[in-house]
Amino acid sequence: MAWVHTWAGLTFGWLLFAIFLTGTLSYFKNEITQWAQPEITPHEVSSADGVNRAQQWLGENAPDAKRWFIRLPDERSPELGVSWSPAKGGFEEQPLDSLTGTAVKARESMGGEFFYRFHFQLQMPYPWGRWLASLAAMVMFVALISGIITHKKIFKEFFTFRPRKGQRTWLDGHNAVAVLVLPFHLMITYSSLVIFMTMIMPLSILTTYGKNTQGFFDDLFPAFKTAPASPDRAPLASIAPMLDVAADKWPGSRVGLITVNNPGSANASVTLTRHGADHIPHEPGTALVFDGVSGELKNESNMGAASLMLAGGLYGLHMGHFAAPLLRWLYFLAGIGGTAMIGTGLVIWLGKRRLKHAKAGVLPFELRLVEMLNVASMSGLMLAVVSFFWANRLLPVSFTGRSDWEVRAFFCVWGVALLHAFARVFFRDGRSAWREQLTVAASLYCLLPVLDMATAGGYLLASLKQGNLTLAALDLTALATGVFLAWGAFRFRGQGKTVIASKLAPAVQEAR
Amino acid sequence: MEAASVSVRAPEKRQRKPRSGAISMRARLAVASRVFAALIGGYLLTALTSICLAQFLPLARAEAVVLAMTLSFLVYLPAVLWCFACGTAWRAWLGLLLPSAVLAAIYAGARWLL
Repeated sequence: MAWVHTWAGLTFGWLLFAIFLTGTLSYFKNEITQWAQPEITPHEVSSADGVNRAQQWLGENAPDAKRWFIRLPDERSPELGVSWSPAKGGFEEQPLDSLTGTAVKARESMGGEFFYRFHFQLQMPYPWGRWLASLAAMVMFVALISGIITHKKIFKEFFTFRPRKGQRTWLDGHNAVAVLVLPFHLMITYSSLVIFMTMIMPLSILTTYGKNTQGFFDDLFPAFKTAPASPDRAPLASIAPMLDVAADKWPGSRVGLITVNNPGSANASVTLTRHGADHIPHEPGTALVFDGVSGELKNESNMGAASLMLAGGLYGLHMGHFAAPLLRWLYFLAGIGGTAMIGTGLVIWLGKRRLKHAKAGVLPFELRLVEMLNVASMSGLMLAVVSFFWANRLLPVSFTGRSDWEVRAFFCVWGVALLHAFARVFFRDGRSAWREQLTVAASLYCLLPVLDMATAGGYLLASLKQGNLTLAALDLTALATGVFLAWGAFRFRGQGKTVIASKLAPAVQEAR
Repeated sequence: MEAASVSVRAPEKRQRKPRSGAISMRARLAVASRVFAALIGGYLLTALTSICLAQFLPLARAEAVVLAMTLSFLVYLPAVLWCFACGTAWRAWLGLLLPSAVLAAIYAGARWLL
């Protein structure tokens, strides 16, 4: 079992580190988007006013669309989000100001959506990224369980931490953080497989439904079965009264996504789903369907069946849409714990093998390769993430294609970090690679609040005046990250010859 | 937990680690075979389990399929662990293919009879 844990962890550790780090950031996806588009400000608006403004805007700007989607502003997203599928195909979206109902001129940016997409698509073409992420999830599952089997004294190890003992400290840290957030790790890994189950384990759909696989989804989500638009035209009923019906049907739960099928046609329909923040399970199939012309409730469906609640519950726990601020921070910390567990594991793998070569003082090629990838995948990724935020503030607001350039900045910096790690690890030593990258990353994170103040200080101050702490919280989190990375860089100072192999060898053998 | 019995039974792995660091071709192939058994054999067993569950669970069609898919990963996990815990690579394959064949026969039989 230790063998599986060691090698599954090494081969997928780099990828899993990136998946965990970006996934952790995704718990603040909407907040990162707020920071990335500070032009969009929150207002107190009733849902009826909001939906009326969205309906009017879409009626003027996308009357021929096949479908409209409306998302009302909430405590995490200030914009009134409208999107639509144009008749000619494709997908368009536009944030609206919730007070005026006009298009907001916000800077183009993917914001938190970028990290969220990367988390499960890995910037690869569909569906390869999702498959690779799913494979990594399965490997994570195996590594977790084999890790639990390997460490039998799990309770005792949790209370064991011996600082400043080199390899021993890393192992204690790895165990402590793994056990501390073990329920999170198990939930997050298993649920990630459940989220993609129709893609990665679809054979039971085929054997049950035959060629008509759409039948499966129609059974699950009857509210989303749509007919083609009828050629007869009829004005769309007002959506606002439908929200009142939903409030009666779903006490204590707001409406999340509003979908209008075939707007303007005689067979238009309006589908309302529940807001994900108001309950744990992900229930895309719990919906109310209204006649789009008469405005009457036509149909309702729910996903109350036990098996759907199990799958939807795991899905919902993974996404954490329901988490209020305190719980959201706990999610974030648990995510950091998972990321740290993977990072410490990678460091231990190398440290253990490095000891054998301590006397010769020269690492063989394969260990250097691992060290290079360790540096690039961890400190390099931290650099790439902060570069995304810097690019967001430094690229001119009206620059065309700036959203793509933010993403390019992320990958270019990551690539440069890889080259730097290569040069340092192969032509100097790994410590200098860590030290230099961590130093640069620490400065960039620490200076992010300064940059924000200098380039978008007006938005920051206005948001604080409104009592909205989101922008400031991101700046402060960046600062804290910078301080942590500076501490890391400080630990890599000097030549690193102070640790003698013979002092560590017993600890490592014991750990084995 | 069965951890103790599992970690003791790994003679092949013990042989593979002579202090000289040399690893024989045979051992490399055995490890590769176990990895493939885990990936492909494990998937086969998992998929067949989900197919049988979807067929036999006394639930509405879509619900049975959802539950079958949800639970299937709980089969994949021990299947993978088995591939690295059992004595030889051959046994890894056998331990997955045998139950797969049984599940396939049960499913085919039910389809043929019903």
